[in-house]
Amino acid sequence: MNEFVETLLDLPWQSETEPNPTYDVVIIGGGGHGLATAYYLATRHGITNVCVLDASYIGSGNSGRNTTIIRSNYGIPESVAFYQESLSMYESLEEETGCWIMHKTKGQLWMAHSTGTARTEQTRVLMNNACGAPSEYLSPAQIKEIVPQIDLTGGGRYPVQGSSYLHGGATARHDRVVWAYAQGALRAGAHIFQNTAVTGLVKDGARVTGVTTSKGTISAGVVLSAVGGHVSTVSKWADVRLPIRTHTLQAFVTNAYAQEFAPIVSSNDLVFYISQTARGQMLMGAEYDRQASYQRGTNFTYLQSVSAKAVTLFPFMAKLRILRTWAGICDVSTDFSPIMGYTNTSGFLLSTGWGTWGFKAIPAAGSQLAKLIADDKTPELIAPFALSRFEREVAMADPSSAGTK
Amino acid sequence: MLFVTCPNCGSRPFEEFRYGSVFPVTPEIITDDDRRNVDYAWMQDNIEGPTLERWFHESGCRRWFTAKRDTRTDEWLDI
Repeated sequence: MNEFVETLLDLPWQSETEPNPTYDVVIIGGGGHGLATAYYLATRHGITNVCVLDASYIGSGNSGRNTTIIRSNYGIPESVAFYQESLSMYESLEEETGCWIMHKTKGQLWMAHSTGTARTEQTRVLMNNACGAPSEYLSPAQIKEIVPQIDLTGGGRYPVQGSSYLHGGATARHDRVVWAYAQGALRAGAHIFQNTAVTGLVKDGARVTGVTTSKGTISAGVVLSAVGGHVSTVSKWADVRLPIRTHTLQAFVTNAYAQEFAPIVSSNDLVFYISQTARGQMLMGAEYDRQASYQRGTNFTYLQSVSAKAVTLFPFMAKLRILRTWAGICDVSTDFSPIMGYTNTSGFLLSTGWGTWGFKAIPAAGSQLAKLIADDKTPELIAPFALSRFEREVAMADPSSAGTK
Repeated sequence: MLFVTCPNCGSRPFEEFRYGSVFPVTPEIITDDDRRNVDYAWMQDNIEGPTLERWFHESGCRRWFTAKRDTRTDEWLDI
């Protein structure tokens, strides 16, 4: 057992005790987003009467199932600003929490295999630079220098024409991010209850005033749903209609590759992304399953198709073996942007629509939502992502930046 | 989900099929026309359980059919 896990064991976990009857803030979902919100509420705004409830163990949902990529090269200015804030916060998260999250800045390449995509990536570079996310457009020769393993002919079918390059692209160990926030939140006085399923919401008229759980009823000043996967079910309790469909997203790792594979590589033409973990394993993902599903199953068709994509760009991958596969269920919003903040049901807030892009947003979403709850006013950075945008018929449409469609 | 029973072709591999859509249902409780439009354009029932869907047998008979599938288990209930 490593030192970090040992320090976690010494923390005042509330799992063994009963929850208080009342909290100022009850957060449903002990993943990165829920715990980060609790952490920032307690450390930055002095709101420590907070509890986080998770049906299983913390980080058991999508926080523990993603491909750990942190990037900010989105396609709309509001998203670039938001994700860039998150990327910067990740860079200083180890210093702030005192926990090693294995953060590593690697740079992210977004390959273009056609003239059309090359134009898209060139536009992305211009737009990202204008919005504060330093990027550049690379030629095939420059790409080869960064990632010598690449076959620039793309197996003859997907020739590499160029690539956008986000200098700040990074990865971090996902479990450790969850634990860092949990540890910080607990030390600051917040409560975390694991194995405590929320079974419904308590309402007074139209207002949400608490939650019913497997450990009894808890009253709350406000309830924040930071649920991944089952958010539509939670929202139905609050009579909130959501523009969200839940899909399965699969990922897998190979056995260790003995050489360094430096950057994160994505391709929108192939729908594929790959990076190397700290253990040397090659970590890959691709598109989410087309049909809506709450089932966390993986299948051979997916492994086969993603492996074919991997070998197309990186012939050395043919010699590796698939070690582990898994899947998570993702709340994909209809405009491919997150949904944060108030709903039309008072006392009920949402942090959802994180689809296949939630991990990178944990610090920014947590800190901004904490600010919103503390000041009772929506911060500018997340105002464009309110659920009410759909009533105003303003979509933050950005499907091509998700990399999973 | 490995095999799907197509109403025309019988049991065929899942890869031959393409997911079409769910049946969008705007709740009766929403009466305002504008809000009904917003609901129709964006909102999803996202049912956790038996769901009616349209599927397309893309690499087979190339016909659409309606199927009931449990989204919790991916089990086909009725085709």
